[in-house]
Amino acid sequence: MPKLMDVCRHVRSKNAGPFWITVDLFFKDAEAYSQHVDALALQPEAVARVFGIQSSAVKRFPVPDLDVLKLSFPRKVPQGGVLERDMHGGQQYVRLLSIEL
Amino acid sequence: MISSSTINVLVPTGALGAGIRAEDVDAGLAAGAHAIACDAGSTDSGPAYLAQARCKYSRAAIKADLAILMRAQARSRVPLLIGSCGTSGCDEAVDWTRDIALEIAQEQGLEPRIALLYSEQAPAQMQRAAQREAIRPLPPITTVDPSAFVQCDHIVALMGPEPYVAALEAGADIVLGGRTTDTAVLAAVPLMRGMSEGAAWHAGKIAECGGLCATSPREGGVMVRVGVDFFDVEPLRSSNRCTPYTVSAHMLYENSDPFLLTEPGGVLDVSQASYRALDERSVRVTGSRFVRTPYTMKLEGAAASAYQTIMLTGIQDPKPLADLGPFLSRMHQALTARVEETLGAAAGSYDISLRPYGWNAVTGIEEDFVPREIGLLFVATAATQDMATQIAKTCNPLFFHMPVHREAELPSYAFPFSPAEIERGAVYEFRLNHVIEVDDPRELVRTTFINLGEKAHA
Repeated sequence: MPKLMDVCRHVRSKNAGPFWITVDLFFKDAEAYSQHVDALALQPEAVARVFGIQSSAVKRFPVPDLDVLKLSFPRKVPQGGVLERDMHGGQQYVRLLSIEL
Repeated sequence: MISSSTINVLVPTGALGAGIRAEDVDAGLAAGAHAIACDAGSTDSGPAYLAQARCKYSRAAIKADLAILMRAQARSRVPLLIGSCGTSGCDEAVDWTRDIALEIAQEQGLEPRIALLYSEQAPAQMQRAAQREAIRPLPPITTVDPSAFVQCDHIVALMGPEPYVAALEAGADIVLGGRTTDTAVLAAVPLMRGMSEGAAWHAGKIAECGGLCATSPREGGVMVRVGVDFFDVEPLRSSNRCTPYTVSAHMLYENSDPFLLTEPGGVLDVSQASYRALDERSVRVTGSRFVRTPYTMKLEGAAASAYQTIMLTGIQDPKPLADLGPFLSRMHQALTARVEETLGAAAGSYDISLRPYGWNAVTGIEEDFVPREIGLLFVATAATQDMATQIAKTCNPLFFHMPVHREAELPSYAFPFSPAEIERGAVYEFRLNHVIEVDDPRELVRTTFINLGEKAHA
């Protein structure tokens, strides 16, 4: 089974304001997009397990014009608190790269 | 005089202070800009900038960019709009930017009429607004706790375009705004000049980060030309390009929803928008809609929560690295025990965090590989700076010389600093994720003018 990093040309994560993280999965092409966008491993339940949050809080937006799947979810704690390890949320996507589709 | 059916906004950079080239601004002016607008703020770098009212960028960087824009404004006579001054857009940050602008004006012999827009809110007033239920929480927050407002060091309300439009109509050459949505600063002049709301707001969103909607994000800013039912976007620098892909992809950026963007007074809906290349470098966007809603302003508030003192060491010894998870657990237990036996109850509520950079510092999740080297960061958090430092000093011998087992000889890990403990000061937290309902977009905004021309001739 391919890993996410094999079928995407670019994956990124970022804060969407201090209370949300958003992840953009740029698939390699339209074929890779249509083949994997609905994968079980990219459903809210699976994504919530990776990040340790409630699946009902995960928002999922397929953007076929860009061959992109966008995933957004609340931060476990607001940005910048005492135990913050990733102020911009810029490295949160890395945990998705090796998931199998 | 360039006659045009569009209102053209020159966006020289994604953030004032990030770097502007005068040649790019000149190119935009020559191409018929009706306004120069950019943003100078963000919450992206964390709550400290709002709580401390300090700018993320250096004064020299802000001054260099602002000087280029003020000279361009004076030469072209088109208005200059800067939003969210000084990173947080609180009153002190606006005044800090004002002083830089006045210094530039004096050095360059410029006499602009400057409008200052203040959108900082008094915590007690926001508490009263919360009590009369004029404030709503935004997801993921579900409650409004009136006491949260008075705990904040600074609260700002994000302005829409209306205060900018009013300042320009009152004759401002330059508007230095407090906290404002990125989009509103760019949309203000097209909206004022009667262009369509959907196109103006969408153009504002696409251009908010300057060149980020182009193929070479670092190569200068962009120009947006807003018409009655479309907008065009193109880079200022001739070597750079905008394509339908780069432009439409920007809707994803730092936005939890790629199709909807909530703004003061409405929601931008780009789900029906289409993007078409006009030529090699520019893109036309049609079909953007702005759906009016009751007017709300988003509130941002931040406050100090505790104090931290940190220490850093490097570990290359293969023995602790071979079994890092258990080693760090043992170290954490030993550090906590040491704090308990020396400081006891005096330590109060505190936290010790060990973060092995090179292994799992970012995720905090156990890894199953053996690193060759780690940077081990120790973070003590306590109610006062002094207590955080006392905790660090108490932990010092164990942190720097923790053996792999009780009988082992004491190692010395590689510590880079003397003194070893570094006082970080306060840790800040965002406390608000709420909107306030207002009857008038300007009721929470205070505007003042500085008329340098009059002063010079008085």
